[in-house]
Amino acid sequence: MTKEHANWSPYDNNGGTCVAIAGADYCVIAADTRMSTGYSILTRDYSKICKLADKSFMASSGFQADVKALQKVLSSRHLIYQHQHNKQMSCPAMAQLLSNTLYYKRFFPYYAFNVLGGLDSEGKGCVFTYDAVGSYERVGYSAQGSGATLITPFLDNQLKSPSPLLLPAKDAVTPLSEAEAVDLVKTCFASATERDIYTGDSVEIIILNANGVRRESEQLRKD
Amino acid sequence: MFRNQYDTDVTTWSPAGRLFQVEYDMEAVKQGSAAIGLRSKTHAVLACVNKANSELSSHQRKIFKVDDHIGVAIAGLTADGRVLSRYMRSECINYGYTYESPLPVGRLVVQLADKAQVCTQRSWKRPYGVGLLVAGLDESGAHLYYNCPSGNYFEYQAFAIGSRSQAAKTYLERKFESFLESSRDDLIKDALFAIRETLQGEKLTSTVCTVAVVGVGEAFNILDQATVQALINEFEISGEQAPATASVAEEAAGDAAADQGGAAAEEEAAPMDI
Repeated sequence: MTKEHANWSPYDNNGGTCVAIAGADYCVIAADTRMSTGYSILTRDYSKICKLADKSFMASSGFQADVKALQKVLSSRHLIYQHQHNKQMSCPAMAQLLSNTLYYKRFFPYYAFNVLGGLDSEGKGCVFTYDAVGSYERVGYSAQGSGATLITPFLDNQLKSPSPLLLPAKDAVTPLSEAEAVDLVKTCFASATERDIYTGDSVEIIILNANGVRRESEQLRKD
Repeated sequence: MFRNQYDTDVTTWSPAGRLFQVEYDMEAVKQGSAAIGLRSKTHAVLACVNKANSELSSHQRKIFKVDDHIGVAIAGLTADGRVLSRYMRSECINYGYTYESPLPVGRLVVQLADKAQVCTQRSWKRPYGVGLLVAGLDESGAHLYYNCPSGNYFEYQAFAIGSRSQAAKTYLERKFESFLESSRDDLIKDALFAIRETLQGEKLTSTVCTVAVVGVGEAFNILDQATVQALINEFEISGEQAPATASVAEEAAGDAAADQGGAAAEEEAAPMDI
């Protein structure tokens, strides 16, 4: 007596990997630009990173149609916030909004695995990591997507951040400098590209600090 | 003579075919402090007089940003204006969400007008007591519209509403032909001159007025006080006079007559029929 299974799914996985690292006065948000379906590549040049506010960038892997819809909803909500409060949303506020938006669709979720990166009101880097239904936590660094399992243990070792499991809970930002962190991100993606078929082509890196926003791009293996 | 019999609710016609409640509503707009708007091919400027009730209170906000390409100045019941601004913002956000492009101003003012009309045809509602000057940008350039509580709307080269707006209108009527080709800064200067006309001798400073601009390559923004004061100083220091201001005295007299005219009997054409 086997259960009948659906011959159609509303979801698809477009692959890809996202990473974010918080520093003392900067934040690095990065994602590869490959969009796939099954064993095929749809495009080598698709951005998974979205600017939600002056100091909040979201990188999302998973089903890009849901990611696009999620980005639009959050952008519209941010516009409403600006009209009502006459200012931009802070990163922690946006983090809570993202969580609520995801849980709103608890019974037909956005197939999106998100990492939110930005600067908090003190100018310190902050990274928030999510599951598909909105469970979130502020951390010092995070990776999501198809290459996450390859990248996370590497970051655990290399970032020299205090372990998130320590008690009392320690401030999680990495003591590394901005240049070192950006370099580390490039290394992460180069490594993940080697073994993960869904990661590659190029990596888009956003660096947020007191002076503003900077964008870097690095080519990756295309196989 | 028969006005009082047919003015109890908005759904009652007068024998002359007028809706007095709607006309009374437009009086409310005339009571509000002045707001003016003007436009060139590429820019639109809104300016308004900000009078606080007392020295202790803050000024009322009369200019609202609706979207990057649209702004609105109101005169009349500012609470009604706030509610309508919220509606306009919501419409712009929803249109942008669906079509990934800015809501054309012309569409927005029609929606506003239809919304206003509903309140003139329901016995349990009252019309919005606020006139709106909508300044916006679309593919064909800058536009200025006036939305009336009656549900009518018109496009204007330049217009003024609120108390003592006749003085500003007279100034704008003299100069409007040059506006189309005006530079952004000249347009702002003309707006400030028009505001000065409504102040009727009172000193024009940036504390009593607010100016906002929208244009090609410039998102709708309200100029800060320092910038406005600098512009005012510029033309006051140079002793520049708004052209032909000798007729200010005549305008003051004509202005008073016009205000009374609105309250006069039914010999005139109903304002919303114009």
